[in-house]
Amino acid sequence: MVESRSSDRLPPKQDRLAADILLVGQPNVGKSVLFSRLTGMRTIASNYPGTTVGFAAGAMRFGGGSYTVVDAPGTYSLEPLDEAARVAIDLIDAAGLIINVVDATHLERHLPLTLELIAQGKPLVVALNMSDEARHLGIEINKERLEELLGVPVVPTVARTGEGVVRLIGAALSREVPGRGAQAEGPARDESGHPAHHPHLAHHHAGERTNGHEHIADDRIWCRVGEIVDEVQVLRHHHHTVSQRFEDASVHPFLGGIIALLVLAAAFSVVRVIGEFLVSGGVGISGEPWFRVPFGMEPLFDAAWRPLMTKLSASLGGDGFIHHLLVGNLIDGRIDFKQSFGLLTTGLFVPLGMVLPYIFSFYLVLSLLEDTGYLPRLAVFLDTGMHRIGLHGYAIVPTLLGLGCNVPGIMATRILENRRQRFITATLISIAVPCAALQAMIVGLAGARGLWVVALVYGILFVVWIAIGMILKIATRGFLPELLIEIPPYRVPSIGALASKMWMRVGGFLREALPIVLAAILVVNVLYELNVFHYVADASAGVVSTLWGLPKEAIVPLLLGILRKEMGAGMFAPLALTTKQLVSGCVILSMFFPCIATLVVLLRELGWRDTLKATGIMLAAVVATGAAINLIWP
Amino acid sequence: MIEITAAELAPDEEGTIVSLGGGPGAQSRLRSLGLAEGRRIRNVSRIGWGGPIVLLVNRAQVAVGRGMARRIVVRVRKDRRTERDG
Repeated sequence: MVESRSSDRLPPKQDRLAADILLVGQPNVGKSVLFSRLTGMRTIASNYPGTTVGFAAGAMRFGGGSYTVVDAPGTYSLEPLDEAARVAIDLIDAAGLIINVVDATHLERHLPLTLELIAQGKPLVVALNMSDEARHLGIEINKERLEELLGVPVVPTVARTGEGVVRLIGAALSREVPGRGAQAEGPARDESGHPAHHPHLAHHHAGERTNGHEHIADDRIWCRVGEIVDEVQVLRHHHHTVSQRFEDASVHPFLGGIIALLVLAAAFSVVRVIGEFLVSGGVGISGEPWFRVPFGMEPLFDAAWRPLMTKLSASLGGDGFIHHLLVGNLIDGRIDFKQSFGLLTTGLFVPLGMVLPYIFSFYLVLSLLEDTGYLPRLAVFLDTGMHRIGLHGYAIVPTLLGLGCNVPGIMATRILENRRQRFITATLISIAVPCAALQAMIVGLAGARGLWVVALVYGILFVVWIAIGMILKIATRGFLPELLIEIPPYRVPSIGALASKMWMRVGGFLREALPIVLAAILVVNVLYELNVFHYVADASAGVVSTLWGLPKEAIVPLLLGILRKEMGAGMFAPLALTTKQLVSGCVILSMFFPCIATLVVLLRELGWRDTLKATGIMLAAVVATGAAINLIWP
Repeated sequence: MIEITAAELAPDEEGTIVSLGGGPGAQSRLRSLGLAEGRRIRNVSRIGWGGPIVLLVNRAQVAVGRGMARRIVVRVRKDRRTERDG
């Protein structure tokens, strides 16, 4: 059986990594699902092309041996057309054996890459994945004939259920695989070093990357693929399934537009309703909730944690440095979890009581959208609008990921074709797309003054997003590629994969956010004791109070936001802001310098030159937006 | 048989790809999604305001920006009703 363990030898950067087994295939064929099957490691798998933009490495144990397995990002061909493909090509060069994952329902689309890979002369096994879906669609593939024609082993698999995976590994590790070491039973090679039984590919390989001949070779591959598919594949007639009808409806020019609006509205409402329910145990538009249950994070903190903290506060004498550090300030003689600002009060309540519920509900909804395959359809309808800001519709995918956390959002810009698009998308995410943690706080703080206050914050950020996008479209130079994406079939999300993805994302928040939040509170409390903020507030009063109309103390939350945005927002609570100040404070906090984690990933993805440019744009935008709100709002 | 571009296909109209325009990079991207010479394609949907066109090729839906669709030349039946590329 396949025995696996997760590896802590994950390479920190994209160094060349020599994989024993490399999973290669086109986007959205299930490589990440197969990788999880082989290594037992959790990965983020979704139903849209481009889910994996970096690569994951893990160890697989099989028959007493241990093998490094690497999951490459999806690539359509061995031409480096985008960043993800370049990563895959580097990995192929260093790999020992390749498992080429192929979508059995669209053989003719996937075989060109297979032929290109075979021409590389590496040991290779084809995994005919999604063979259950193929059966369901009435597609029959003659596996034996395909093996003969390709000259490599072919194994039908269903990565989602694990069907055929053991046979696949058996085939991959057997000595029969052509190309495995020239010493043993490897196939005869022609003088150019290519396996002799692929004569139709020799020309292509020789002409590879010598631009002029490339498309001729391309044509030859397509012809060959057509011949192979005609020989091995039989299509049986089948009726339009319900999901196919829905697939047609959701790209229909009129109906699809309405579906897109409904999906977006439903997604935002569901995130809010589940989030609010998990926070307070009640659900309602505003004011008194429609119904209430005696659980939720707020009631839980009040019932279980407050008595303990009250005792601690009393035993510390209700005052003093240690009290200030652990419990914080008493508000009207009692602990206020939102305002006291002690390590054990606000430090735990903000991340666990206010933010965690929204992180959970956001990622639940996002994961459902990802796994059903709806996102590429949304991209189709947003395409025209996004051209106005120099992007095409698929840039909505990194942007939506950015609404959860800017870091994976900016990393996902790698699915875009060129540098200009990546720069625009990443800059917009870092400035005008608030992460779920910050949104939870905005909803918590602004929502108390009415739903319109929350809507106003979102509205202003949306206008900023569009305005900066339009400016960047004019100010940057370069080609803007058009939308060209495959729309995957709708799939029913697998509960196991969904749970695993939720666990990774929510767990990731707890691991990464909690320590930084606690450290931030510690630093703030110590600096308060030392009276440092006094000087900072006076120094920045010119911009913060005169231009933006905020109390000068607001500079502290804005600066603290660089560590974790939700803590910055948390510090607005004790400032007694007017509604106008709260709105502009939330907008400015969202825009004002990305958090440190986002800055690091910006540097990595864009380089320091473009990160500096993005920072300049951010500063200009935040000064202007803050001033505009202050001037326009009476 | 006459030749038009994929952007001009009427709703549900089918055609056979004759040639691809654009640079080698764009052509390569089109082919890798199955939009290659000789393939049958069908117009599943064309989004308004110059939006993308959704083509069915090999039973899979592919969304193509309007400008790119104009570079895909297809052969269609002569007695087709004419359709404006809006």
